[in-house]
Amino acid sequence: MSQHSLSPRQYLILSLVAICAPLGNACLAKGMTSLPALSVTHPLALILAVFTPWVALGIALLIGFFASYLTALSWADLSYVMLATAWGNVVVELLSRFALHEAVSSQRWLGVLLISAGVGYVTPGSSRTVVPAAEASKSKVLK
Amino acid sequence: MNLAILHSSFWAATAMIAAVVLSSTAGEVFTAAAMKSIGDLDTIRARSGLKGAILAVLTSPLFFIGIFFMAVAFFALLFTLNHMNLGLAGPATASLTVVTNALAARLFLKENVDRRRWIAAVLICAGVYFLAH
Repeated sequence: MSQHSLSPRQYLILSLVAICAPLGNACLAKGMTSLPALSVTHPLALILAVFTPWVALGIALLIGFFASYLTALSWADLSYVMLATAWGNVVVELLSRFALHEAVSSQRWLGVLLISAGVGYVTPGSSRTVVPAAEASKSKVLK
Repeated sequence: MNLAILHSSFWAATAMIAAVVLSSTAGEVFTAAAMKSIGDLDTIRARSGLKGAILAVLTSPLFFIGIFFMAVAFFALLFTLNHMNLGLAGPATASLTVVTNALAARLFLKENVDRRRWIAAVLICAGVYFLAH
């Protein structure tokens, strides 16, 4: 049996997955680019970077992403949930262009459109592949 | 000389993106396996409360294996962002992770990855090509 529709709350959780990840990555990028270049021979510098403000804010947003991501994975397929994070690519490009003032060429915009089309096409009608045996064991867990 | 530097930076960028993608995929597959074995968190929370839902997640060994690989992916991403633009590193890692997740979901999670999903994977790879150039 497949679940074909999601509740408004579940769409809200998928939206959080989509928004929190690119925002968190943008904060990490802003924090990391402001630091001097790091080397793999100095791993401590990489760990200390975690405590700088922009990187810390990025981590907070990624924690929000992770909480909503875990919730979504509990009622949807991994490939279905990835749709939400893939739509975040558009947000990344917008942030790159307008917040970080990076140059975003028309080819990169085309890339984002192709990725969005691909991920949109992969989205099946049902949000989860349910095997009868798995459903039976799930029922046992819930009892 | 310039060509050698270009080749060097290309392979360095490829290695950084590959490290993020592979570790991220491993983390997400283990985490998805954990959440599938746990069941619907909303239902568990309705029955046992938020504490019960958190306990259900924290008592899953697969979840912690997933966390380990995600931590590896996180530090690999930090290192990558220190050397590359977010506009390239972000979409490239995210999109490739979708493709590797589809492969891993079919192989390890036994999800139904049909022709529709493979066609979409081709579209995504084309998108990554345009992002990288």
